[in-house]
Amino acid sequence: MAEKVLMKGNEAIAYAAINCGADGYFGYPITPQSEVMETLMKEKPWESTGMVVLQAESETASINMVYGGAACGKKVMTSSSSPGISLMCEGLTYLAGAELPCLVVNVMRGGPGLGTIQPSQGDYFQATKGGGHGDYRLIVLAPASVQDMYDFVDEAFELAFKYRNPALILADGVIGQMMEKVEFRPKKARRTDEEVRQQCDSWATLGKPKTRERNVITSLALDPVVMENFNIKLQKKYADIEANEVRYSTYKTEDAEHLIVAFGCMSRICENVVDMARENGIKLGLLRPITLFPFPKKQIDALVPQLKSIMSVELNAGQMVEDVQLVAAGRVPVGFYGRQGGVVPNPDEIYEAFLKFIK
Amino acid sequence: MKEEIIIAGFGGQGVLSMGKILAYGGIMQDQEVSWLPSYGPEMRGGTCNVSVILSDNKISSPILSRFDTAIILNQQSMDKFEKQVKPGGLLIYDTNGITRHPERTDISICRIDAVEEAAKLGNAKAYNMVVLGAFLKMKPIVTMDNVIRGLKKSLPPRRHNLIPMNEEAITVGMNAVVKVR
Amino acid sequence: MDINDIIKPENKVYGKSSVLTDNIMHYCPGCSHGVVHKLVAQVIEEMDIQDKTIGVSPVGCSVFAYNYLDIDWQEAAHGRAPALATAIKRLNPDKYVFTYQGDGDLASIGTAETMHACNRGENIVIIFINNAIYGMTGGQMAPTTLLGQVTATTPYGRKAELNGYPLKITELLAQLEGTCYVTRQSVQNPAAVRKTKAAIRKAFENSMMKKGTSFVEVVSTCNSGWKIPPVEANKWMEENMFPFYPLGDMKDR
Repeated sequence: MAEKVLMKGNEAIAYAAINCGADGYFGYPITPQSEVMETLMKEKPWESTGMVVLQAESETASINMVYGGAACGKKVMTSSSSPGISLMCEGLTYLAGAELPCLVVNVMRGGPGLGTIQPSQGDYFQATKGGGHGDYRLIVLAPASVQDMYDFVDEAFELAFKYRNPALILADGVIGQMMEKVEFRPKKARRTDEEVRQQCDSWATLGKPKTRERNVITSLALDPVVMENFNIKLQKKYADIEANEVRYSTYKTEDAEHLIVAFGCMSRICENVVDMARENGIKLGLLRPITLFPFPKKQIDALVPQLKSIMSVELNAGQMVEDVQLVAAGRVPVGFYGRQGGVVPNPDEIYEAFLKFIK
Repeated sequence: MKEEIIIAGFGGQGVLSMGKILAYGGIMQDQEVSWLPSYGPEMRGGTCNVSVILSDNKISSPILSRFDTAIILNQQSMDKFEKQVKPGGLLIYDTNGITRHPERTDISICRIDAVEEAAKLGNAKAYNMVVLGAFLKMKPIVTMDNVIRGLKKSLPPRRHNLIPMNEEAITVGMNAVVKVR
Repeated sequence: MDINDIIKPENKVYGKSSVLTDNIMHYCPGCSHGVVHKLVAQVIEEMDIQDKTIGVSPVGCSVFAYNYLDIDWQEAAHGRAPALATAIKRLNPDKYVFTYQGDGDLASIGTAETMHACNRGENIVIIFINNAIYGMTGGQMAPTTLLGQVTATTPYGRKAELNGYPLKITELLAQLEGTCYVTRQSVQNPAAVRKTKAAIRKAFENSMMKKGTSFVEVVSTCNSGWKIPPVEANKWMEENMFPFYPLGDMKDR
């Protein structure tokens, strides 16, 4: 078995990037995720794997460097926290519009505005519903442990390349800052130029050989009919992602009469809430969406007939709860409990809110 | 076995690294661990705390409202965390700077004069290891062997020369801890 | 004698670069873009680097540059071309990477990306078309619009107290340690065209020598935006633009 190392979630992102054969990281410092770039700079992967690491002049530049690299078929990524991700939203819609694979990590902090550096899940809407303009989707993975932070880097890149779509790891200050033990997975070598060409020559800007037409990476189509057809194609892709890539986990849902839905660090805290309820004879279960887009609609839907209530627990004013309500469609009461602005509730407080809700 | 610990004091006292060594010790004996700090601009001088969990089983919530042990190194932390010790739990505190001593009677209370002991050692930086020794005396959840192995993991090789000094400070803490009640 | 008697190989005095596509350019008659596109295409052909060149087009009139040069292209968000080019070049050091940007893209919304790419000394080529106006959006004030110049958003002429001063960004970039070659050229007559082509060639050659960023400004005309015919536009440029934006190399090392 591989050695287990104690590290922060942010550090795990950096090591996972090097070990999964990423080609480039472009970033800008912001709390609470600065350890990602600090760790990469300390490890100097350009000397070992050839991975490029660059501190950009802004988040705007970072995401556009990601665009430039992704358009060359490279495995490139950036990371930031909420205010920085807001700046990157322009780039994200261009990346989605140009169908470029890449990885963006958001270690969320409390907003709006400059907000706080403490943990939050206030960017759920931004991550799953847009952020930038136009009809686009990101593939969104929500880690709940430091091991998830490590594992999701490779998984997000795989999904991004499979669908030629940006992928986002939506973490928060708790997961970014906390240390747990991590098992490193077997290393993947960076793809050679030849392998990149084999995989991406049909679309990437690798230099135009005489044998093919030029490749142009753009999201521009002035003709509305052309643009509509492109949008239809994008929506078809998103539908495929919804059909094939939902990831979720459950805890004690088999006989559950009540359900908590929670993602990221909140799903861990809510496991304790489930145990507290069970100790008091209440059949509570937990569903944790691992992918936020695609959202586990069918999986929640399948539980609805056995449920008396559903409560969404989030570090925000109630965002994911809207998706839960859409699935519940009025068949079962849907409640919400959340703390905002960087406050993280403990299991006691959530359990109390749950009891109040089901009374 | 599951032990949920809060270590709280001032930034610069070595609170975070003490928690890290404890967590590494847990890994050395093949346990699940989590280490969750308060983070941000409070790193130097302000209050600072870290919750550490060592468990034989998977750890669910890293965020806790009640602890098996509170290691308290300043008054603000006493005010905040004394009430969060589980009944029957343990509170260890350094009397230095404490104006209101712990009042609860349903928990075990120990004191360690770690500032003084570290000064006697001639090494103020060994402060957190003295405190760690006091804790490990009261709750030997990690063996000295595994603490040393954890230290080796968490220190860069060029700092491994400091390990004997750390070991000595832990031993001092083990001998100097006083059970109040 | 009919036309077929004239079209013979032995009579050929000029050929379109093979790097230019057959697409009909959307530029207005008299616009400088067409000439500069041709020069870039000729340099790429003469250096035989068509398969090693990646272009980055901006937002502005030259957004569709990718329709005219037969190379791989990336279309950037407004102002961000130097950030794209940074990553492309760092991830593909064996490629020739250039951005092609107008004054609004490069010197207004993209000032930060321009300054920092140049300051890092990215081994890329930046071609900067300065016609002192926003062409594509219909003739609004650009950062390089001259004082007194009438545009759609300075209908009474640009005033310093209202709009600030025209930005000499090329002079600023010449001050940066990261740039190796900074020059200002024009394409209003054959001699100027030849000089500009030589400048573009030098810039492309520099980018493989790890010397830093090469920056070629081309002071250009915009007949539609300026609302004057091409020949007069050239004259207006010589009389008004050149005194404020003097031609020549600012830096060559």
